[in-house]
Amino acid sequence: MNDRKIVDAKNTFCPGPLMELIASMKQAEVGDELEVLSTDEGSANDIPEWIKKVGHQVLDSFDENGVWHVIVRKEK
Amino acid sequence: MKVLVIGGGMGGTIFANNLARRMRKELKAGKSSITMLSASDQHMYQPGLLYVAVGKMQPSEMYRDQTSLLEPSIRFEVDPVTTFDLDNNYVIAKSGARYDYDMIVIATGSRAHAESIPGLNEHALQFYTEPDAVAMYKQLEKFEGGKVVVAVGVPHKCPMAPLEITFMLVDYFKQRGIWEKVDLHYTYPIGRVHSLEPVAKWAAPEFERLGIQYETFFNMKEVTQNTIISEEGSEQAFDLLVTIPAHKGMQVIEDNGLGVSGFIATDRQRLNMEGRDNVFVLGDTTNIPISKAGSTAHYEAEVLAENVAALAESGIAPRNYDGKVFCFIETGEGKASYAMFDYQNPPDPKAPTAGVHWFKTAYNKMYWASARGLL
Repeated sequence: MNDRKIVDAKNTFCPGPLMELIASMKQAEVGDELEVLSTDEGSANDIPEWIKKVGHQVLDSFDENGVWHVIVRKEK
Repeated sequence: MKVLVIGGGMGGTIFANNLARRMRKELKAGKSSITMLSASDQHMYQPGLLYVAVGKMQPSEMYRDQTSLLEPSIRFEVDPVTTFDLDNNYVIAKSGARYDYDMIVIATGSRAHAESIPGLNEHALQFYTEPDAVAMYKQLEKFEGGKVVVAVGVPHKCPMAPLEITFMLVDYFKQRGIWEKVDLHYTYPIGRVHSLEPVAKWAAPEFERLGIQYETFFNMKEVTQNTIISEEGSEQAFDLLVTIPAHKGMQVIEDNGLGVSGFIATDRQRLNMEGRDNVFVLGDTTNIPISKAGSTAHYEAEVLAENVAALAESGIAPRNYDGKVFCFIETGEGKASYAMFDYQNPPDPKAPTAGVHWFKTAYNKMYWASARGLL
């Protein structure tokens, strides 16, 4: 399994967690896993919505001590 | 102490000037030196490109000689770096010269990378270089009406530019008297019309008021002669396509293996390259998840100059960069607003006013004082 790449977008407003993920996805290979860390509650919904639209996969999503973790895999 | 600054843009210039004033005595006594290496003898005010693209600024207004902006104690060479040897504290430049350092600040910026989208260079307008902005204005002047689409790549510098170019296009078409013949469509990569939620909440009703259609979750994938296709599977036909391509850092950063896509892994508070105590990174060159904006480079540069001067004197860096960003938003119709935020405090932009627009207009001229580290 590839090392999971952490996209640490805690305490950031612009460009924000989803845009950081979109940029990171471009650098990732198919099969790579990325874990977005965010203190923005909205991104817990935005990120899965975008992931599904473009055909990648959400592996897990949880809140831990006020930080949202969204783990995704690049599928194409 | 030898300080080497790579890059003569906003971050590098403000840093070098600020540091030069803090270390005036050491520089005069020859105990320390500041050297700047840049690819150009000209300093460009990049926000001017927005205005050039719609005919509101002449290209020449965006430039000053770099030496006119620098403290005289700074050695300046037009000699871009080709090789970084961070383990041994030196760089090799295009001339073949070797520059040794005790501390290095890498502020090489970022660039629009249109090649990442098939068909973009051939079929779309851009405005992130002087030639592109001038070409866009010339195309706009020939345009007599039809469907105009705005599309944006991730990441890009100047986060407000997608909104600003859209509102400025409305003003431009109205001034040309052809706004009634234009069908303007705005697209954006995430699920709202801007990355900053308060700005998006203000902008969406403005789009509706002005009759601008918008589509969210639209990430450019491919451009044909008259169609742009998104990663999300949708398409927009266009007569004119205005784009902000996704950006990368400078090629030299990638070539030297310093950072993926040319962005260097940087501590978001101390601004040092991760794993290196004497290598610092400013502005667009960092991988910090923060706006790639001139103000980011400006505020980072001020913190870093204080820290580098303190490190030289006492070995202790007293300040952390707090994530401060300040972005004007030109909203058209002679008005503007701004967004100001940092790592702890979200933005709270107010309704646009003529006063803020005039302040931005004044800042377009006052910028040169900022570059000199005076503002």
